[in-house]
Parts: sequence; C-alpha cells; structure tokens
Amino acid sequence: MIQMLLEIQRDNRWLPKPAVVRLSKRLGIPTNQIYHIATFYKAFSLTPQGRHSVSVCLGTACHVRGAPRLLERATDALHIGPGETSTDMKFTLSTVNCLGCCALGPVIVVDGKYYGNPSAKEIERVIASCD
Amino acid sequence: MKKVEKVTLTINDREVRVKKGMTILEAARDAGIHIPTLCYHEKLAPYGACRLCTVEISQNGRTRLVTACVYPAEDGLIVQTESPQVTKIRKMLLELMLASAPAKTIQDLAQQHGVAKPRFEAEKTNCILCGLCVRYCNEIKQANAIGFVGRGTERRVVFYPEIASTVCASCRECFSLCPTGKLPSETDGVCFDDLTLEDFLGARQARV
Amino acid sequence: MARLRSPADLAGIRQQVLSQRGEKRYIAINASGTCGLAYGSDQVFQAFVAEIERQGLTEQACARATGCLGFCENSPIVIIFPDDICYFRVKPSDVPEIVSKTILGKELVNRLLYKDGKGKRIVHEGKIPFYKHQSRIVFGNNRLIDPKSIDDYIALGGYSTLAKALFEMSPEEVVETVKRANLRGRGGGGFPTGKKWETTRNAPGETKYVIVNADEGDPGAYMDRSLLEGNPHSVLEGLVIGAYAIGSHEGYIYVRQEYPLAIENLFIALNQAREYGLLGKNILGSGFNFDVTIHRGAGAFVSGESSALMTAIEGKVGEPRPKYTRTAVSGIWERPSNLNNVETWATVPLIISKGADWFTSIGTAGSKGTKIFSLVGKVNNTGLVEVPMGMTLREIIYDIGGGIRYGKEFKAVQTGGPSGGCLPESLLDIPVDFDELTKVGSMMGSGGMIVMDEDNCMVDVARYFLAFLAEESCGKCIPCREGIKQMLNILNRICDGQGRTGDIDLLEELSEVVRDASLCALGTTAPNPVLSTIRYFRDEYEAHIKERRCPAGVCKALISYYIQPERCQACQICLRECPVGAITGGKNLLHVIDQDKCTKCGTCLEVCPPRFAAVLILSGEPVPAAPPQGTKVERTKGTQQ
Repeated sequence: MIQMLLEIQRDNRWLPKPAVVRLSKRLGIPTNQIYHIATFYKAFSLTPQGRHSVSVCLGTACHVRGAPRLLERATDALHIGPGETSTDMKFTLSTVNCLGCCALGPVIVVDGKYYGNPSAKEIERVIASCD
Repeated sequence: MKKVEKVTLTINDREVRVKKGMTILEAARDAGIHIPTLCYHEKLAPYGACRLCTVEISQNGRTRLVTACVYPAEDGLIVQTESPQVTKIRKMLLELMLASAPAKTIQDLAQQHGVAKPRFEAEKTNCILCGLCVRYCNEIKQANAIGFVGRGTERRVVFYPEIASTVCASCRECFSLCPTGKLPSETDGVCFDDLTLEDFLGARQARV
Repeated sequence: MARLRSPADLAGIRQQVLSQRGEKRYIAINASGTCGLAYGSDQVFQAFVAEIERQGLTEQACARATGCLGFCENSPIVIIFPDDICYFRVKPSDVPEIVSKTILGKELVNRLLYKDGKGKRIVHEGKIPFYKHQSRIVFGNNRLIDPKSIDDYIALGGYSTLAKALFEMSPEEVVETVKRANLRGRGGGGFPTGKKWETTRNAPGETKYVIVNADEGDPGAYMDRSLLEGNPHSVLEGLVIGAYAIGSHEGYIYVRQEYPLAIENLFIALNQAREYGLLGKNILGSGFNFDVTIHRGAGAFVSGESSALMTAIEGKVGEPRPKYTRTAVSGIWERPSNLNNVETWATVPLIISKGADWFTSIGTAGSKGTKIFSLVGKVNNTGLVEVPMGMTLREIIYDIGGGIRYGKEFKAVQTGGPSGGCLPESLLDIPVDFDELTKVGSMMGSGGMIVMDEDNCMVDVARYFLAFLAEESCGKCIPCREGIKQMLNILNRICDGQGRTGDIDLLEELSEVVRDASLCALGTTAPNPVLSTIRYFRDEYEAHIKERRCPAGVCKALISYYIQPERCQACQICLRECPVGAITGGKNLLHVIDQDKCTKCGTCLEVCPPRFAAVLILSGEPVPAAPPQGTKVERTKGTQQ
C-alpha cells in the first residue's frame, strides 16, 4: 500500500484527499491508517507542492562540511523555509537526511540534479533557470 | 480433559505458577503482585509504549530490562519488579510525562514514585500518547474514528470528523480509558473540533 | 536471451561472452553511479562512445559505464583495461586526446594521472595509496561491470557459485559454511549471520522469507547504494544462495526511495536474471524456485530497523515491534523471516566460492572478512574504502584517507552513525572490529566513518545527532520520544550559551533511562553520541557551560566575527559580500563589523583574501572596541592593493 501511495505522490506531487479515500475503499483499509502512514513518512505531502523541488542534504557528512550554511543560502534565494512551498506554487524547499553522495557535500538537489557546495550566486542561477 | 501446560517463574522472590502463554504482567496480576501500567488494557493487544511496566529479569545468568506486558512468562525466569534500576526508570518516565501532561492521574502516580516537579519544559499537550483510545476504537469498536498522525515529537492523536460526527456521540467509550482525562475535557461533547487532521497539518505549517 | 537450464548452460554463456570480447580494451567510466553522474561522468561516457566510433575503433575498444569506483572526490574516473591505467577528473574535452594517445597509441596523458603528495604521477590503480591499502574483495568488481548488463557479471564467474550451492551442496552445508566463516551482519548489529540463517531454517512453518535491508538510513553511509547501483547481481546471487540454504522461496528487497538509481538498476538486474532463469521457477534446472519483490521505503530512518521494516512490508506504519520474539522466528506476517544487510548478502557468494577457511584468514579473531566504510568529512580522500577487519583507524584515515584536508588538525572520528560514538586522537590505533569499537563507546554500525577536525564543535555534533534521532524517532515510546527531546533541549541551551551547572549530569541521567527503557535500538543507542562526546570531549562541554565559549568557533550564539585592524587592507570584498550590510568602511578605511547586525553567516571569513587573513572568530571573550570611524588602514609590506 505504501508503494501505491508513492505512485500517487509522484504523479500528483501530493496526496489529494479524494485519492486517499478511493484507495481506502479499494483496499479495504481504514483512512486513519492511511493518514498515519502519510504523516509518518517524509516522502508524502498532504498539501500541494511546488512544481520544482529543492532539497538540501542535512546528513552528517554534509553537516560537518557546512550544510546549515547551504540551507541558509537556499532559504535566502527562495524566500521560503524548509517544508514550505512558495505562494506561486513554483518551489518547495525540503531537507533530507542523507542522499548518499557525501563526497560532493554539502549537497543540494534541484529537480533531481545534484550540486555540490554551490555559492549563493550559483544557486540563484539554477533557480532562475527553472520555469 | 486437555492438560494445560504451566510454567513456573519467580517474581520478587516468590514462586508463581501460571498457564504457558501468559506474559509476565498477567502472571504478576494473577499472583496479586502489582506492576504499574498506563498503556495496558486487558482487552487490547499489548502496546509497549509507556514502558512503566519495565522489570528486571534474569535468565541463564543474563540480566536485562524488559517490559512485562509483552515478555512471555517462561520456566525458570527470575523477575524483580522494584529493583533500584527499575525504580530509577519509572521515576524518570513519570517526570518526562509530567512535563507535557500534568494531569491529576499522572501527578498522583509521579508522587507515589517520589517525583514532585519535573525538571523539564514541554508543550502541554496533556496527552501521553498511550494509544488506548486509538487502539480501542480500531480494535474493539472498529469504528476508526480516531487515529495517530505524525512521527516522533510531532506524533498526535486526531479525530476524523466525517466518521466521528456519526458514531462518537453515542459511544464515547474511549473517554473513560484516557489516563490524563484529555478526551473528556478537550472535546466539545458533540463533534471534536480541536483534534482533527486539518489542525495537525495547520500546526505543522505553523512550526515551519 | 535464452533461458539457462543447467550449470553447463551458464558456463557456456560465460565462454561465449568471453570469447566475443577477445582482446578488446575496456574503458570504465563511473557513469552509472549517483555521485559519478553528479560530477558529469555521463557526459564523459558519451564522449568516449562517440569518439571510439568516430575514430573507427569499435572493434578494438568499448566504453563501459560502471557504478561507484570508490575514489569519489576525483570523479569522473576513467580506468583503461587491461592496462589498469587510471585517469581522474576527466572532462569530455579530454576524451579525444585519451583515445588517440592511450587507446590507439601507447602514450599517457600525464596531467590526468594521479599526483601524490610529492608531485609524482602514478599510473596504475593498484599503486595509488588510496587503493593500495584496501582489500576490495566485495567492492572491487564494480570496476569491471556495467550494472545494466548481466553478461558482465557472468563473465566474471557470476552465478557459478549459485550453481555450486544448488548442485554440489545441501542447504545445511551452505548454512554450516556461513557459520564456520563467522560472517557477522554488516548493517550495524554484527549478529552472526549463519546463526540467524539456522534459526530461520529451523523455525516452524512452511513459508519463509529472506529480506535485503537496503534502507541505509545512517547519514554519511552510502556503501549499500553503491553496491546496488554498481553490482546488483552480487547481492542477488547471495540472496538466492541464502534462500536455498534457509528454505525460502520468496524474497523482498527494501530499498529507500531516496535511491532512485539503485532501484532502477536493481529492477533491470531482476528482469535480466529472470530471463536467464536465474530467478523464478526451477533455477538452472535445479528444481529450486525463488523470486523477489522490490519494496520502496518512504522516508523514515526508523523503518530500517529489522522489525519495523517487516511491518512496513506488511503495509503498515514502519514502527518497531515491542515483542521479544525474534523476527527470524516471527517476522513478516508472523512467518520466519531472515533479514540481512546488502553488504552481508554480497559477501555470501565469496564465502561459498572460496570457502570458510579463506574468509576466516582475513580479519581479527572476532570480526572476519572485510568491511566497506564510507570515509567522509574532513579527509583529503573522500570515498568508499574496503579494508580487512583489524586495520586501525589511523591507517584508514591517514594511509588511505590521506589525512586531514587543508592541513588542519584531526579532532575526532565518528563511526556507527547516529547510534555510534565519536572517538578522539588517542584512540586512533584501535583496530576496526565489532567488539573493539563497542568497548570504547562507539560501534561499527553500517560503516559510516566521519572525520572531524579542529573546526568542528563536538557539542554541536552531539546536538546534530540528537536532532536527527528526535526527527526520526517513531514517537511511540516515552523514553525515546520525550527523553531525546529533553536531551536535545539541554544541548540546544548549551549551544545557545544558556548552559547550566548540572546539565551534564542531567544529560547522563536521561541517557541511562533512554538507553535502558526504550522499545527499539534507535532509542537504546541514541545516547551514544552524547555519552561518547562527554567522555572524550568534556572540556568542550564545560567551556560552553562555564565560560560561554565554543572552542571550535562554531556555535553562533557564542562567537563573534572580528576584523583585525592590523591585518585589514580595506580591499572591500567582505564589505560588498556581507548579505546584511553589517560591515562599515571603505577604500583605505578600516573595515569594521557591526556586531548587532552580524548574522554570523561566515561569508566575510570565507572571502577575505588568504594573504590578509584578517577575519577572526572570537569566542568567550569580548569583541575589542572598534577603532573610530574613518581610521585609515596600515599598509603592510607586500600587500599592495
């Protein structure tokens, strides 16, 4: 069931309520159980997310190499905090607890592309190139 | 008549003989030995969340700390329900609970164990997340009107108004189970406004 | 792809592949690994494909996109076989030259070779210090395999060990071999694998499951990802051998969803294995049936815990179970389930192929074989390293890791992830071994090895781990949920300059209860980072609490940035770069930081030219009074503007 929720999340960029209700009926699983799963796991969002996802890795190796500062640069550039979506629904900023590419650290991922320790200017450039 | 298999264990230096398949907690209750609990209920599957029923066991020369509500009573098991280590644990657990749930029941229990004022600060949710309400509604009533959301310190119990508005008014059996009294006191009696999924998601956004 | 119906068929395919390859030169580029891709290895790979075609060399040479090659920081990495010539940080524009000079001709492109500390160029992989001291019995094959090609794996002898197990050994013999090899779980627990297999095998019930734990939640650890991306078949082969030994016909691979490439390569590998009849019904004609499902995680560290993972596979919230029955006896849907880590499974074919005696000849008395570590943090050579158990931390960090970057001083090494501990310089000669590491207050864990230097604050590190665990705790039991929360509150206060006498004692008191009363290993091991840093770095805690000083200059509330007037040369760089305009000054006028506006972002320190090095971090002392506005700089010799 978690696999199905992952598909719904991927297709819609969030878990809309009607989808959860339909899933609940199809699988015969009560909605409160589905909501526990949806709020337990970081991969799911119960509110609509932006078109572009920006993730900053806060894993240990990245932390030791200054990830908090990278997060500051990202929040400054996007004007939203971690877990938030911009009002124009363009960007969602989130944090991740280790992407597994520590040699690059600190890492920021924009729409699946990985960047190692970009400067504030580089971040602005990448963000500007997102439509 | 089918012979019932029994096991013999020692609790607080007393020999106790019970049916095989019982837990240490059940065996202790059977023998009239008190072990404090908060999240335990005879009708519900043991949950192991409050950890108050922690006891010290010795087996094959090895000593460890386990929760009595889930650990099976076994032959030759030696159990201590009030060892210094156990007491230390219970005191701290109650002190932690008091910080976020200063309800009378918790205060009384804490006092019994020698804890007066907690040294900690916490948001007063008045809920220790024992899960009795959720488990009762899901397992016994099978109404699923109430459930857990979130993870870690974000974890809360919420009501689902679509279901709650149709079944809760005539049931309310979870009210008497709530150890802190949050359920009876923080719902408006008809529909449960303060504790919905929307509130939880709203609080999440606000924290960000 | 024709189905292989017997070990002879397998051997036949192997011969076929090898003879087809003949004398071709193979060029491995790490383009099939996440890090490699992030460094642009894919463009390099494509450049090779195009250039080989353009120069008409398709009969003589072939480019192969491999998984992780270990020396991550020097990506894109190119290795030319059979010569074993290594080029690092290769750009697509370098490719035509490499093809002309090294493939066609017999010359080397010197600037792309590895340069050691003395400036000497080293050609062959085996001589490079980073690789020389390693023992890459499990990880080494990544260089020779395109993970999207099962033929590459077969060409190396892949699956012939499975054939040996199925046709020449009984299930009990396989279990016995793994037991005698003394293989211990590589996921962190270090539990004897053979014993777990035996318990599962002997547990009552017809249906049994085998599981690959690829959740790899420890931040800083990525060896499992690299194994799955680079050599998925090695894991698969181990899994099928294990299934045969245990008597299981159904397996699960639980992969965290943060590893999309690993999932993709695994998916391809499974399909190819099925096509060849190495998975599914009647494997290689042995009569043994076994197949596997991939289950994706959804973003929760705690779900990597054995019982939590099984609960997640059941479709429920991945919380650990409070029960004391082993999952080997009662796991998924209460059936016997054997869970092992990716690296553990990948080691199995080696043990069955070369024997238990061979395996026990490597390592220490209590820890046999090798272990892959992710050596990260403040080392020069960041990457994945595989070493025999028993090698010391010092050898790993200095001989392989090349020591601390930028000439800084070593302070601590953290092993075992959030469940482990931080070890100081005095313990660097400890051999890497399950029990030795536990004795000093840390643990092996999944293999994360994070090196820290003088610029890391150990109180901040402890706080970081607690914050991680607080977020990842499932929240069910009180000691973990509330205990960690309160420990974190105390650490936050200490880092904010609000530490109180008695805080360290309270941390220790809480640690004891969290360790003893928690429901699962997340809770019981959570105090380790705090306890180990108190044990070995107590002075840092005391400085924070008693002197309001952060010796490493990290904790923002306890530091101030200060421009030394005698060094400032008024270049105006920091003035311009300061994001909040907190620096006053101008051309020839001393730059001064307004402490009230300063957000401690550290930009000024970063941008101040090294020849001036005027910015200093002060802690535990008042900031000297600013010179009057308009003071001119003193020009020091050799720093002309």
